[in-house]
Amino acid sequence: MELIMAIVIGILFMAAVYLILSRSILKIIIGTGLLSHGAHLLILTMGGLGGIAPPVLADGVTDYADPLPQALILTAIVISFGVTAFILVLAYRTYAEHKTDNMNLMRGNDEHD
Amino acid sequence: MEFVLLIFLPILAAFFVPLLFKKIKGIHTGWFVLLVPIALFIYYLGFVTTTLDGGTAVSELRWIPSLGISFVSYIDGLSLLFTLLITGIGALVVLYSIFYLDKNREKLNNFYVYLLIFMSAMLGVVQSENLISLYLFWELTSISSFLLIGYWNTRDRSRFGALKSMMITVFGGFMMLGGFILLGIMGDTYSIRELIAGSSALVGQDFFTLALVLILLGAFTKSAQFPFHIWLPDAMEAPTPVSAYLHSATMVKAGLYLVARFTPIFAVSEVWVWLVTGIGLLTLFWGSLFAVKQTDLKAILAFSTVSQLGLIMSLLGASAVAYHTDDALFKFAAFAAIFHLINHAVFKGSLFMVAGIIDHETGTRDIRKLGGLMSIMPVSFTVAFIGSMSMAGLPPFGGFLSKEMFLQSMLALQHFELFNFATWGIVLPVVAWVASVFTFIYSFYFVFKTFTGKQKEKPLPHTPHEAPFGMLISPVILASLVVAIFFIPNVVGKWLVKPAVVAIQPDLYTQPSDVAVHVLAWHGIRSEELWMTIALIIVGFIMYLTMHKWQKLYDIQPEYVSLNALYDAVMTFSEKGMNGLSRFYMTGLIRTYLLYMFAFIISITTATLFIKKAFVVDMNSFAPVSVYGMMIAIILVIAVGMVIFAKTRLSAIIALGAVGYSVALFFVIFKAPDLALTQLVIETVSVALFLLAFKHLPALSNHGETKRTKLVNAIIAAGVGITVALVALSAHSQKLIPSISQYYKDTVATEAGGGNIVNVILVDYRGFDTLFEIAVLSIAGMGVLAMIKLRLSRKENTDENK
Amino acid sequence: MKTNDVILQTTTKVVFFIIFLFSIHIFFAGHFAPGGGFVGGLLTTGALLLLLLAFDLKTVQKALPFNFIIVIGIGLLLSLGTAAGSIFFNVPFFTHAFDHFTLPLFGETELHTAMIFDAGVYLVVVGSALTMIQTIGGDA
Repeated sequence: MELIMAIVIGILFMAAVYLILSRSILKIIIGTGLLSHGAHLLILTMGGLGGIAPPVLADGVTDYADPLPQALILTAIVISFGVTAFILVLAYRTYAEHKTDNMNLMRGNDEHD
Repeated sequence: MEFVLLIFLPILAAFFVPLLFKKIKGIHTGWFVLLVPIALFIYYLGFVTTTLDGGTAVSELRWIPSLGISFVSYIDGLSLLFTLLITGIGALVVLYSIFYLDKNREKLNNFYVYLLIFMSAMLGVVQSENLISLYLFWELTSISSFLLIGYWNTRDRSRFGALKSMMITVFGGFMMLGGFILLGIMGDTYSIRELIAGSSALVGQDFFTLALVLILLGAFTKSAQFPFHIWLPDAMEAPTPVSAYLHSATMVKAGLYLVARFTPIFAVSEVWVWLVTGIGLLTLFWGSLFAVKQTDLKAILAFSTVSQLGLIMSLLGASAVAYHTDDALFKFAAFAAIFHLINHAVFKGSLFMVAGIIDHETGTRDIRKLGGLMSIMPVSFTVAFIGSMSMAGLPPFGGFLSKEMFLQSMLALQHFELFNFATWGIVLPVVAWVASVFTFIYSFYFVFKTFTGKQKEKPLPHTPHEAPFGMLISPVILASLVVAIFFIPNVVGKWLVKPAVVAIQPDLYTQPSDVAVHVLAWHGIRSEELWMTIALIIVGFIMYLTMHKWQKLYDIQPEYVSLNALYDAVMTFSEKGMNGLSRFYMTGLIRTYLLYMFAFIISITTATLFIKKAFVVDMNSFAPVSVYGMMIAIILVIAVGMVIFAKTRLSAIIALGAVGYSVALFFVIFKAPDLALTQLVIETVSVALFLLAFKHLPALSNHGETKRTKLVNAIIAAGVGITVALVALSAHSQKLIPSISQYYKDTVATEAGGGNIVNVILVDYRGFDTLFEIAVLSIAGMGVLAMIKLRLSRKENTDENK
Repeated sequence: MKTNDVILQTTTKVVFFIIFLFSIHIFFAGHFAPGGGFVGGLLTTGALLLLLLAFDLKTVQKALPFNFIIVIGIGLLLSLGTAAGSIFFNVPFFTHAFDHFTLPLFGETELHTAMIFDAGVYLVVVGSALTMIQTIGGDA
């Protein structure tokens, strides 16, 4: 399963980077969303996908899934939600101010050296 | 008392200067500042008795003991001599500046702060016994000199001169730091005394010569030796008290101090002897030759300073010869060097002050406009006359004695038998003599063109009159010292020079009284140096009288082949070149920067993986493939494809939601119920957010991305994807240290009283993370609110600069 | 967002309370079963979001007159206070305490200071998410 997950993670990162490199702000935001999905799965896979039971204490169970990556991911999920919302607003405020979402046109000018 | 702290006294005093300047308007701030150098001078005078019989005093302040770096004030003959020069001339210069700088017009608070910083830095340079703290103070002198030269910062020339001196001396400082570090590595200590004690072990090490050259570069740039002398004439844009203090008496002598201090370590080297003597003589010749060309009084003095520094430098080089032979003939040089250093500080200080007086009282320093001031300014003339004659090397002034000793030392060098001196040694006295002739000429040129002859017809900017009394005190004191030194040279020698000589040549003498030099004004009619002096007076006088005929010859040299032109070209080139270079890679496009970052991530990570043989795949540890897992993976990949190839915003956002839900499903099958729940809800809320923000965003467009940029993006993206996949596999396959998870599993019920390990980690074991996380979330929320609600009313205020 | 969907509005009135109560349950269950402050907070957000979609912004604001920025502040204070409270009992920062109590109605219950911390998390999540949604939705 890990091999398949590695491939899935690779595809997620590839798509995310491709979108982040594009010129449209919306695509960049979507790219960051994909990037955080990739990162979450990456942490999970690093910790190992085994474990019979979820990490909740129960009688007679010894083989729990690794709780540490899950705790880390839970934090990451919420943070990435906050960040996504933030850059979403940042993007549309930028668009409202500059009347463009083309990253190539947003490069400052020579007076800002 | 720990007198190392006294180094910092001027800096401490500097803190009060702005306050005094602001609060006490009636009294010139300089009077308060004056107390500092006077107090220090009197205090340090007390050490003269210590060094008189070769004693030293040490006081240490530990700074970074783990690296062997500390502030050590080490007082021996050499550092005491410099300390007295710094504080003594410092006091006179401050006194002079009180009358030179108007308290109502000038920014005295800045001026005296810079000056006091400089004083501390200079004391630090000459007293530091630790290489690193010496370097620190060394650079501080460069910086304070920069500030002082640029004191009139509204003038272009001031800023240019300040920058030039800074560029050159800081360049030298860096070289010197390199040399220091090499020395520190070779000798395994940064203490100068320990390095000198172990100097025999340093010789012959791989970097010995390199360290030598680097340290000399530092000394040469600071002491304005050829070809680095070009900063000194431009530094004359500084107020005259600064020129008198920094650029004749103290800072430029720091290089000489350094050479003298390191003589015991490097004197054994042939490179040292040749470089120091050779560059010194070349500078002496070059400076005196070009001093005659100048028309600005201060420029003449600047070039003459360059040339006199060269003279002392060459004497220091010659003093190193004494390490190679026992012949008494060569033992004059060190004495002569120190003696001339004192003489020069005294007469050049007075000359600068006179130049300042002339500038102040007539409004010009252009020698072509001046003339016949003798009757109007008799005191200034007398001071200038004494100073110039001492500089020219005429009796009965101090300069005569040291000039004679200089010629004597240069003559002696041709009898030295090592290092090809037998072949080339004869050149040295010849160059020395020619340079002395020019020295004679520019000394006469300086004093007589200004003070004698007729007044020029064109009126001067101010009606000339004698300077106020206070302004004359300092130059008169210095001028009387010039005369006094001539009559009591051996007293000066005993109290100041000989202890310093012992510090330069500790291997040769055990105590100052061993230095068997007795200064005589009259060496007998048969002495070579007497005839050299007589010849140079005759030739010099004839050339001075015919000067108007041959001075034009200087114009043959076109402006664009000078060293200054070279400096300008280098500066322009590096500025343009660096600008072009940064513009080449700093495109201003985020995409470009991201490309650099991703490319580095790919190359560094993959390279590390394979070079360190960290890429390991352990198939046995893999969990079995499940049917659900396969299905979700396929769905997820399809959704990702849809995101990338979506034509409209709506489809992209829905596809993104599909990706998120599939990730949630992954969490379900990998036994992570908390994650699955959170991910499901978050995904819902996120999609709602996207839809809310929808109406504010433009339609998807690729903004004319070409096939080529898309291809580059795709390649980089594929690289990142593959790299991450490799990292995921190898990170899973090898665990270098056991995970802490087992501890959590074991203690969750007993220590934390919980059952859901993930939640207990969040709120208890790693509660700090969560605390900061909710802080970040709050900031994001407030950021959103701020961006939307708190729009600055920019309609009426479009440009804040207006 | 003016909608007049009667079916949606009617169901929402019911579903909102179901989701909301579920979120409260999930929150309290968090220490022993899946759930906790994050999930609970997000579920509450989801419930309120549903309200917002069914009715319009103004109606919801009238019904729930909270300033969600203040909710964030209360949450942060609660969490930080719990963490800092341990200092007064002469134990290191962030040390939690728990014990068993017998309460009327609930019977034997384990009470935990971590729960108060989690409540802070819950409030911050609800406050932040709703601040974002309200401001974005209210931005004309």
